[in-house]
Amino acid sequence: MATRAQSAPRGVDRRLFRSTRSARVPLIGAVALGVATSLLVVTQAVLLGRVIAAAFPGGEELSEVSGDLWILVAVVAARALCAFGFETSGRLGARRVVGELRGGLTAHMLETRPAGLRGQRAGELVTNAVQGLSSLEAYFARYLPQLVLAVVVPVVILIYVFPRDLAAGTILLVTLPIIPLFMILIGLAARTATERRWRTLSLLSAHFLDAVKGLQTLKANDRAQRQVETLRETGEQYRKETMVTLRIAFLSSLVLELAAMMGTALVAAAVAIQLINGGLEFSTALAVLLLAPELYLPIRMVGQQFHASTDGLTAAQQCFELLDTPAAVSSPSSPLPSPNPRDGALVLENVSFAYEGRGEAVLESIDLTLTPGEQLALVGPSGQGKSTVAALILRLLDPQSGRMLCNGVDLLEVDPKDWRRQLAWVPQRPTLFSATLAENIRLGRPEADNAALLAACADAGLERLVDSMPQGLDTRLGEGQRTLSAGETQRVALARAFLRDAPLVILDEPTAHLDAESSAAIGDSIARLSQNRSVLLIVHRPALAAAADRIITLREGIVVDGQAER
Amino acid sequence: MSATPASGEVDRWRALMRAARLVSPRRGQLIFSIVLGAGAILAAVGLLAVAGVLISKAALQPEILTLTIFTVGVRALAFARALLRYGERLVSHDLAFRVLADLRVRFFERLIPLVPEGLRGVRSGDVLSRFVGDVDTLQDLYLRAIGPPLIGILTIAVLAVAVAIVLPAGAVVLIAGMLIAGLLVPALAARAGRRSGLREAPARAQLSAELVELVSGAGELAVYGREQQWAQRIEMADAKLAATERPGAWISGVTSGMGVAIGGVAMVAVAAIGVQATADGRLDGVLLAGIVFLTIGAFEAVVGLPDAAQRLTACAQAAARLESITEAPVPVSDPAAPIPVTIGGSLNFENVTVRFEGRAQAALSDVSAAMAPGSRIALVGASGAGKTTLASCAVRFLDPSSGRVTLGGTDIRELSQDALRSAVRLVSQEAYLFTTTIAQNVRLAAPEASEEQIIAALTRAGLGPWIASLPRGIETLVGEEGAEVSGGQRGRIALARGFIAPSQVVILDEPTANLDAAGARDLLSAIGSERSDRRAMLVITHTVEGLEEFDEIIVLEAGAVVERGTWGELIAAEGALARLSAAA
Repeated sequence: MATRAQSAPRGVDRRLFRSTRSARVPLIGAVALGVATSLLVVTQAVLLGRVIAAAFPGGEELSEVSGDLWILVAVVAARALCAFGFETSGRLGARRVVGELRGGLTAHMLETRPAGLRGQRAGELVTNAVQGLSSLEAYFARYLPQLVLAVVVPVVILIYVFPRDLAAGTILLVTLPIIPLFMILIGLAARTATERRWRTLSLLSAHFLDAVKGLQTLKANDRAQRQVETLRETGEQYRKETMVTLRIAFLSSLVLELAAMMGTALVAAAVAIQLINGGLEFSTALAVLLLAPELYLPIRMVGQQFHASTDGLTAAQQCFELLDTPAAVSSPSSPLPSPNPRDGALVLENVSFAYEGRGEAVLESIDLTLTPGEQLALVGPSGQGKSTVAALILRLLDPQSGRMLCNGVDLLEVDPKDWRRQLAWVPQRPTLFSATLAENIRLGRPEADNAALLAACADAGLERLVDSMPQGLDTRLGEGQRTLSAGETQRVALARAFLRDAPLVILDEPTAHLDAESSAAIGDSIARLSQNRSVLLIVHRPALAAAADRIITLREGIVVDGQAER
Repeated sequence: MSATPASGEVDRWRALMRAARLVSPRRGQLIFSIVLGAGAILAAVGLLAVAGVLISKAALQPEILTLTIFTVGVRALAFARALLRYGERLVSHDLAFRVLADLRVRFFERLIPLVPEGLRGVRSGDVLSRFVGDVDTLQDLYLRAIGPPLIGILTIAVLAVAVAIVLPAGAVVLIAGMLIAGLLVPALAARAGRRSGLREAPARAQLSAELVELVSGAGELAVYGREQQWAQRIEMADAKLAATERPGAWISGVTSGMGVAIGGVAMVAVAAIGVQATADGRLDGVLLAGIVFLTIGAFEAVVGLPDAAQRLTACAQAAARLESITEAPVPVSDPAAPIPVTIGGSLNFENVTVRFEGRAQAALSDVSAAMAPGSRIALVGASGAGKTTLASCAVRFLDPSSGRVTLGGTDIRELSQDALRSAVRLVSQEAYLFTTTIAQNVRLAAPEASEEQIIAALTRAGLGPWIASLPRGIETLVGEEGAEVSGGQRGRIALARGFIAPSQVVILDEPTANLDAAGARDLLSAIGSERSDRRAMLVITHTVEGLEEFDEIIVLEAGAVVERGTWGELIAAEGALARLSAAA
């Protein structure tokens, strides 16, 4: 991981331009503007040299140079337009690229990793997608233009200088390669430094977030003040470490700055000698001197913008890394039509599963059969893989080995989306989306009418909650709005399942957060829900498991009590 | 919650001033970095000007030796420039890191008294976006928002004086040009960008929140076939954000173009004035090129100002948003002169009533309970009956509207909150696991605890066999927010915190929430029968199996005590507890 991280942004820019269509427009724009700017820079220097030389030692009046001065104003206006173009087209272009990457990222998450990001930090993902990718703006609006100018401007300037002053041209030509050399050094050093800074920053961010989210727990344990110290110490330690890296990283830009400045100083001296020897026109000498700093400027700016640009590239890199992770659930290229759990049994044969990067299997060769209309209870202590069985049947995860069949059709041969249409699911910790209560319940059947919605609410025991809400079913949930308790959230998820009206229902601890009385009430609704349907009930409450047709016990990933008929 | 544009204006800048004061101890370092920055610009401008004079003199074809002082000067300025710039970068980056750490600490400190009651109704995605994003934004305040203008002012002053000596009219143009480029244009840009900037932050927070929802709810969206719609929702949130960012792109483009235009026009104007002055004999011709070159170089001092103005606005908005959270009324406060905690006293609730603003019904009405040392009390009731509210009162997460809570006969409002919370330890329902090891998570409750004590506490919480099975034992990492452990294990690790805490009273809020029925019963009866320590324990639970040995069971319904007594008494009475027991 460490070696990969170090070289992270390398090649990312290439991939960015190759795979992100919207990235090409700002690139082409930058090249066109770069060429125009270079020509304007030289024109401006030549005109200014002529004006000054005309007055001294030429001794001309203002009126005699006014023509050149007006052309200069026009050149200035054209340069201003180019600057406007670089910034605006860069920023707008960057925004389209960011949009494309964000869209790709969410689509990828939903399509291939619906079970979530195990081991990946969800907070980091979101920070990266929102804050991190925004830094690409600096790459397109600041870094890319300078990069183009750094290539075009020196060429145009050297073409002008060489025929006019060989000595100055040679100085420029000799000092110029020193700069790319140091650019590479800077690139390497700054890359390491930026990488490090970025990773540590997001680590510190995560640490800060951890502390903020856990503050209540810290406070209850009288540890909040201690955490303040920890935050201070971590920040201080990070500062010291990073400064050591930066001291070296900045050293190479010191050399670069020195080369550019000394280059200008040497050109001034060389031009002065040429003038004394009478080998150069004064106006040309002025133009050459004016162009010397212009030659180095874009290269120096590239160095300055490098940090800002790598922030964006590193974010893009993390984005690509995520896009490259293999799908947690595969879709067949030529899918079979989905079987209906009403028509035939759902059979798991020898199914094993282990999470990526974790050696021990969560499930080991389990067998399980769910016949149409059957209520099967899956019981066992927590942490034994019960929810993983649900995720496999829901096709949120692919098993490592074994087969999953429904009515004799291998589910891996079926498009997961088609198969999921047959299912309803009440997860252990349901998510409430910021939308109205009705929209939340309609999640699985957006087209359901109000009567069906109310019936689902009644079945899930939600009526009292709905009545207590200011706008009833149209009450918005989420920020600044009413928040629901764990039990109420569970009921909303149950209502979703009722409304879904699917042939197979998976209930994962539907009553874990409910009190005994409500659980009993929910038990009745579950019994109602179970009519004419197959149900996989994951529970630890015997009162609920007792209502099932059959109970299977799962312990340490193995079915220990498979055939215990009730 | 969000400040309205009109009235928020003043508040935002006030908030910014307050935020700036938070990090004011770093002022010395800031001044140092400003002096270095101004010095670096002046050296570069000086280099150009001296080079201009050098070749102007050379054009008169004098003895080469007479130019030595200029060639040496040019080189010295080149060195000075490079070194000053290096110094400035080091000092300013160091400052940035210090300021970021300062800000995190300061805002965390402000958050402490607010949690949890002062922060009701703030979405987790928002806390993320606000506290991480806004604090990060504020780190730019000194370095990128306040620093550049100060460097600009210092540089302008020095250059204006230098030019005024030889060409007063040129100095006027230079100052005017730099003021327009450095102040007027950024001010206009800030004005133009304000509206879109105001809309940008909420749009960004919205997108963050939507993404958090998507990441946590991806499974449900997949199962219910709503991927497309939610991808569209994100797309729409992103498009909304893009729309708020677009004016900024145009504005910064215009600003950038204006910068080039103003610098160029000033250059042309100074050249024109200089040409006339030379012709009139008011200006020594050898200085003409130098003055024009200086004008060209001078604008480096104001290049960063438009960006600084934008950052200043962003910082002001971030500061205001942070304050909208941290300025929430503090729900409880420490007494002026706290009384020391009495050791070995009992914790009593005396006629505790709690009303929440905007709710007609009291969350708790007239609840009394006594918890003598060593006692085991169970608080039973349906969700929403007010059990957790009572626990919150005991550790002063909130204060009762009427009635009082006493510890050893002293009203707990007379104690310091820190002392109270080490005497009365609450293991809450939403106990948080930090991204670290199991051991560190338990040690949180007792920093001095030995490894043996931690293992003992975990064993008592029912995790003995699990810990023994882990290759790294208690040094196993729990993952982000405990993502690598199951719900049951999470609850039991939190429980171990309660067992290990060196406190007089332990309150366990729903310790059985994620356990199966047998596990829940075993745990509760172990708590009821295990009387080796003299601590009082209050267990809040909705599962009632296993409460046989408890000294008292209090049943709450809608915030009021409906019955109380021992298991035997209440079962015999065939009241609420009997019903709950039968339902299980």
